[in-house]
Amino acid sequence: MASFIANTPADVEEMLKTIGVSSVDELFADIKRSHAPKSFNIPPGKSEFEVTEHLARLAAKNAAGLVPFIGGGYYDHFIPAAVTALISRGEFSTAYTPYQPECSQGTLQALYEYQSAICTLTGMEAANASLYDGGTALYEAAMMAARLTGRHKIIMDGGVSPIYRKILKTYTGNLHYEFQETPVVHGQSDRAQILKLLDDKTAAVILQNPNFFGAIDDHADIVTKAHEQGALLIESVYPVSLGLLKTPGEMDVDIVTGEGQSLGLPLNFGGPYLGIIATRKKFIRAMPGRIVGQTVDKNGKRCFVNTLQAREQHIRREKATSNICTNVSLCAVQSLIYMSLLGKEGLKELAQLNLDKAEFTRQQIEKIPGVQVKRSSPTFNEFTVLLPKDASQVVEAMIAKGFAAGFPLGRYYPGMEKYMIVAVTEKRTKEEILRYVQCLKEVVCS
Amino acid sequence: MQLIFEKSVAGKRGYRNPVSDVGHLAKVPGKYQRQQECGLPEVSELDVVRHFTLLSQQNFSVDTQFYPLGSCTMKYNPKMNERIAQMPAFAGLHPLLPQLKQGEKLTQGALEVLYEMEQLLCEITGMDNFTMQPLAGAHGELTGVMMMAAYHKAKGSKKKYIIIPDSAHGTNPATAAIAGYEIISVASDKNGVMSLEELKRKLTGEVAGLMITCPDTHGIFHSRIDEIARMVHAVDGIMYYDGANLNAALGRFRPGDVGFDVMHINLHKTFSTPHGGGGPGAGPVGVTKKLVPYLPVSRVIKRPDGTFALNYDYPESIGYIASFYGNFGIILRAYAYALLLGKDGLKETTDHAVLNANYLRERLKDRFELAFDRFCMHEAVFSASRQAVRGVHALDIAKFLIDEGIHPPTVYFPLTVKESIMIEPTESESKQTMDHFIDVMLKIDDLSQTQPEAVTNRPRSTPISRPDEVKAARDVNTNYFLNRRSYLVSRIS
Repeated sequence: MASFIANTPADVEEMLKTIGVSSVDELFADIKRSHAPKSFNIPPGKSEFEVTEHLARLAAKNAAGLVPFIGGGYYDHFIPAAVTALISRGEFSTAYTPYQPECSQGTLQALYEYQSAICTLTGMEAANASLYDGGTALYEAAMMAARLTGRHKIIMDGGVSPIYRKILKTYTGNLHYEFQETPVVHGQSDRAQILKLLDDKTAAVILQNPNFFGAIDDHADIVTKAHEQGALLIESVYPVSLGLLKTPGEMDVDIVTGEGQSLGLPLNFGGPYLGIIATRKKFIRAMPGRIVGQTVDKNGKRCFVNTLQAREQHIRREKATSNICTNVSLCAVQSLIYMSLLGKEGLKELAQLNLDKAEFTRQQIEKIPGVQVKRSSPTFNEFTVLLPKDASQVVEAMIAKGFAAGFPLGRYYPGMEKYMIVAVTEKRTKEEILRYVQCLKEVVCS
Repeated sequence: MQLIFEKSVAGKRGYRNPVSDVGHLAKVPGKYQRQQECGLPEVSELDVVRHFTLLSQQNFSVDTQFYPLGSCTMKYNPKMNERIAQMPAFAGLHPLLPQLKQGEKLTQGALEVLYEMEQLLCEITGMDNFTMQPLAGAHGELTGVMMMAAYHKAKGSKKKYIIIPDSAHGTNPATAAIAGYEIISVASDKNGVMSLEELKRKLTGEVAGLMITCPDTHGIFHSRIDEIARMVHAVDGIMYYDGANLNAALGRFRPGDVGFDVMHINLHKTFSTPHGGGGPGAGPVGVTKKLVPYLPVSRVIKRPDGTFALNYDYPESIGYIASFYGNFGIILRAYAYALLLGKDGLKETTDHAVLNANYLRERLKDRFELAFDRFCMHEAVFSASRQAVRGVHALDIAKFLIDEGIHPPTVYFPLTVKESIMIEPTESESKQTMDHFIDVMLKIDDLSQTQPEAVTNRPRSTPISRPDEVKAARDVNTNYFLNRRSYLVSRIS
């Protein structure tokens, strides 16, 4: 039966008899007749074959064949088969929040391992079991900083994803927060501006590394200045880059957030993704979301449980640190499987491969007359290109040649209409890159 | 079981990166380099496969056990959905593509899924528009309450309070507080539903709105819901429908028909997407005309020529609440499910969910005290108070069920019922499965009378039993690497 009903007509009859009613309708007596649906004009059901065919036809309307040089925080990395195979196991995917630890050790241990993996990756002391995505994680971090400091002014670097910045403003629109945005100079955080704004009313400074333009930075000096004012430093990161880059922990950052999509999750047209958050051990009780802790059972055996639940909505209700309940446990486990397969050496190599491919692409692009690659700051696998004409038109023309050539900056940075950011992952072959550069040359020089 | 980090052996590799075909061209300048060694494990692919396969086997799940966890709608998650979600032209689609010039042409299939799902949800609920963006139920609540705030702000009215019944999920008060409101709690009456008399007393012009789950967490439908809506509207309050229990309403009741202004749906409950051990979910939010201007951007529109586009041009919108267009992979699964079921299948789902819950209620009610002795909707709430007197508490019953290969119902929620046991069988389960569960429950009651210690000392069959949660919270250990010497001093040589 299409609706996955397991009861036979004979079962139904017997059940109705047991209950003592003659029809299912009687069980709905509390819904007044006048409350019956005024309309319920839904198409009739279909077979599995028909639904699958229908969605395959819709899928075919998407341009999946474009060779992607587009990133902006979301990257086309390769996902090993073992990741998909393991995460598809129903024991992981069809369980729910591990309220009963004895029959959820699989999820609980995996989440403890995930938290540990995020800590060693970022150099932080305590991570939670996930938030929705990188954007909402940054908002949760800002709220957390406000709670910890009792202050409401937030300084936000212009190099933080413009999408994340918009989310932050929406959420705090009804609350008493003061946002001050600082510009980006030569691709990096504007130290002078940040220092000027930093004062003893500042709850947090929010930075991103690599930033939206692809530039990498060492924020340790800003961290020190923030701490001098009693403010916290929040940094949003791109996890794969941490195979090589100085970690937030090494910069003495207070709260790290990040979009975990690059750690073995498909692009999925925007979700589900993975919101990463990690902090100092002393701030753990102010952190939102589920946290898994190690303990022992009644026989002294090591085991794992949801812990510090007194922070959460199901216990604290209106006094909770966040309203989050369902998060993205399965995505967290998926990223853990990916990180386990790669291991410390594999992740380092992967990051280096991204760096090399991006550098190769930059060198090739630089040869195109009239095109300038911004080199004022070092970059990871994404960089900013200045074109001789409107970048959105160039990208549009490149689509016809089979490439998602990059992301034009004009949409979010007025005045930068001739700029685009180009991302190059390990999946781009030398042949694809050369063809991309050839096509870009044709488009730019036409 | 060992941790994956404890299985690490220097030199092992689980995955080989391709060799660079462009050579080694770049180096991160020293000052930007990582110094501290990363502690990710060094294990083989088979090590990883065994580790996670064995871990998965320590879980109970819908695929392996009866999982009547009340309020969570643990129905069967069709495998069809999974294969569709993995179609490369959906799974590999970059979210920034439609933001390119003419980029909508690149994602017409995905935009059509979002648009058509919105239409289906509107018809199912009686709402005028949906945003598919909220990433979970609680995220949907926050989106809804922010729209509520925008509505009042536009009218220039300063309202401070949101009314929430005492039987509500914790997310409701948490959401309202995070959105900047104070909470007024209203108690349930003797029938298990929100007291209208108390509501009348607490309803003032300063009330911005009311959030209610219907049927509520007692599994009971408020038969005077229309009166409540009229009362709240009389003070220009907004009626928020928490769709956590929508599985009891398909084809039987539409929130939009009786005065609800805004609602969310948990697609991972009613629309069969996997719960994932705690997400990812999706929490689309529906609104009636009054709140449409405040919907978050972007919104998916259908042009007269039949193509689909994203529109950001809504000046009164609350803005961005998510990075993109929602948990698309989850919405896609839910859309496939809705298409498969169709009109009759959806209604049948609700009818059987309610039938199953009432069958359990009827078969157990002589031995376990019902919180409210009347027909229920999709879930039945009992109290283990009689068993507790004999020394067998709700928690003991839960742990005994684990030994019997059954995932426990929700216990100690709702907070309004002492020793509560909240059972939601869903429509996916058969009479035979429920009969087995009933037999086990009756056995527990028997044992509670004759041999309570046979119940209390459980579980015995699981790898671990009765974790020390106090220790977990006191000696906080949430990170394997913390305080490990190697973690603090190890440097890349």
